[in-house]
Amino acid sequence: MEKEKDLVSFPLIKAHLYFAVLMSFIVVVAGLTYSMQFIDLYPFPKIEWLSPGRVRMLHTQAIAYAWLANIFFAIILYMLPKLTQKPILSEKFGWFCFYVYNFLIILTVVGILGGYAQAQEWGETPLILDPFIAVAAVCWIVNVVGGTVWRARDQQFYVTVWYFLAALIWLPLVYVMGNFLPQYVFGGTGGATISSMYIHDLVGLFVTPIGVGMAYYLLPVILKKPLYSHALSLIGFWGLAFFYPMNAAHHYLWSPIPMWTQYASVVASVGMHVVVYTVVFNIFATMASDWNKVGTSLPLRWVFFGTLFYLITCIQCAIHSTLTVQEYVHFTDWVVGHAHLVLFGTFSFWAFGFIYHFLPKITGNDLFSKALGEWHFWLSVVGMVLMDIVLIAAGLIQGSMWRNLSPFIDTVIASKPYWWARTLVGCVLLVAEVCFFINVVMTYLKGRKLRQSVRSEVMA
Amino acid sequence: MKNLEKFSTLFLVAGFGSFALAFLLLGVWPAIMTNRLESQPLPSEIPADFTEYYKTVEEYQAALFQGRDIYIKEACWHCHSQFVRPVGNESIRYGLVSVAGEYQNDLSKPQLFGTRRVGPDLSREAGKRTNDWHFAHFYNPKLVEPESVMPQFSWYYDESTNPPTPKKEAVALVAYIQSLGAWTLGVKSSAYDLNEVTMPPNPTEN
Repeated sequence: MEKEKDLVSFPLIKAHLYFAVLMSFIVVVAGLTYSMQFIDLYPFPKIEWLSPGRVRMLHTQAIAYAWLANIFFAIILYMLPKLTQKPILSEKFGWFCFYVYNFLIILTVVGILGGYAQAQEWGETPLILDPFIAVAAVCWIVNVVGGTVWRARDQQFYVTVWYFLAALIWLPLVYVMGNFLPQYVFGGTGGATISSMYIHDLVGLFVTPIGVGMAYYLLPVILKKPLYSHALSLIGFWGLAFFYPMNAAHHYLWSPIPMWTQYASVVASVGMHVVVYTVVFNIFATMASDWNKVGTSLPLRWVFFGTLFYLITCIQCAIHSTLTVQEYVHFTDWVVGHAHLVLFGTFSFWAFGFIYHFLPKITGNDLFSKALGEWHFWLSVVGMVLMDIVLIAAGLIQGSMWRNLSPFIDTVIASKPYWWARTLVGCVLLVAEVCFFINVVMTYLKGRKLRQSVRSEVMA
Repeated sequence: MKNLEKFSTLFLVAGFGSFALAFLLLGVWPAIMTNRLESQPLPSEIPADFTEYYKTVEEYQAALFQGRDIYIKEACWHCHSQFVRPVGNESIRYGLVSVAGEYQNDLSKPQLFGTRRVGPDLSREAGKRTNDWHFAHFYNPKLVEPESVMPQFSWYYDESTNPPTPKKEAVALVAYIQSLGAWTLGVKSSAYDLNEVTMPPNPTEN
């Protein structure tokens, strides 16, 4: 145990984890608040800094950079030292990066609400903060990768390390590309080409590889048996590295971007079938013969359902990013449903799997309540499934009504029942989030009380 | 196979290589292609509807940029797209299909194509509605469209008067909206040939 403490810096992991959990609460509240605009119940229609457009950007930015990035940092800080058996370069510098990065995140929130947002989807961070965030991220990455993977570079790596290493190289490249090129170098259509690459790569080259790498780590640890196939993980990894960055232009199909670019991105998107099926098959084949544990182990169930949603969302992606289907569903709520399935249904679910499995280990005391964990799980699953059904249905209706040239406002009126349903589902997800939040906070407080009593005993 | 798992392979080929390949091939190359298209000049005279607000062309052009910045900070582009696709009857609903060259000016830097239509596309909005309609609409969209789900932007109005008067910002925003696709107003509908305008022009033919 003493040795593990030298290897993994638990206080730093805890800091990232708690901040991520706090931010996940803001994500849900902001999303729910924004959805109320669509049913004429927006609570602050006349307050400038809480205008729905700004709250929407808060919702998405908090997902990407506050919740997912922080929980991923916590996960990487745990898994990379364990996998390479080397600690990070400096724990002190890690703390410095933690404070600087999250101070910048808070400034981002203030900046977006204050009206300094940048026009880049998934990159609305005020332009003035972008260089600092890039530098902070690079510092964090050098501190972690330089300590672990670099010092262990002669070892043979487990698949998780491939994914994490690649993702941590991609993140700064993607961030700098998307935030500066469309702003300063390429305007108009050329900017859209780069912009679409950023929209896609942030999910494809940062969130996806870290999510998949984490799932590959969680499964063997929870099930106590090796991964099903090494060859499949190789195909999955190199397929992702090759196809995913090329998917970019499928976010602007039928736009003025040169058609050959769009065709290439469609071909690469269809190529994603290969990647997804190998990963999903590998995960499910590892679980096979242990299906009963999906019922009994909460962390494993998060991973299982996350993988299920991953399969659904990626099949959906590879289908709707063809020109034919895109013609109907682009610009509609279909895409919004898809985004929720990706970032909540898949990657957040996997992250919850990590939290429920490792929180006892990281904090050193048992989970506060198993029942709350079950409530969090089932409400999230039900909420996710309902939200996706509602948004896909709304998307198909909007797409066909636009196509048949109904007056635009009629398509808005037709969507309203679905938007009502979405807000109600959002309430379910808020309850789920509250269960989660209470559980983590109480686990933390319980641990603190325990430590205090130990300390007072020692003092006495 | 073992080579695929080495640090150097992962670092250089997967990390930098795969990113660079896609970035150069499907990012920079098409971006340079479209960047070489002829630039689309900003309006060189003040439209008749705006002569009461702006005295010189420079003032009017500055207002377009101010309006564009408000469009960005209020995240208008999250709910309104700015390109007309050659499919889905969009040319009937909105107007001329978008071409690459029309975005070649500093107003489109950063680009505002958008990926969602909670409200309609705005790239052919110029001249479709009056300024007064827009002023009322931005103040409270439900005044002119009771079923609208668009937010209010009442902070761009002086509410001490009755009716509220638009501040400089609101005028700039309307000027920007009324400039979107203004160049198509001069294009005769007979010139509207799908085969001619849907495909982005090839820059090598200049």
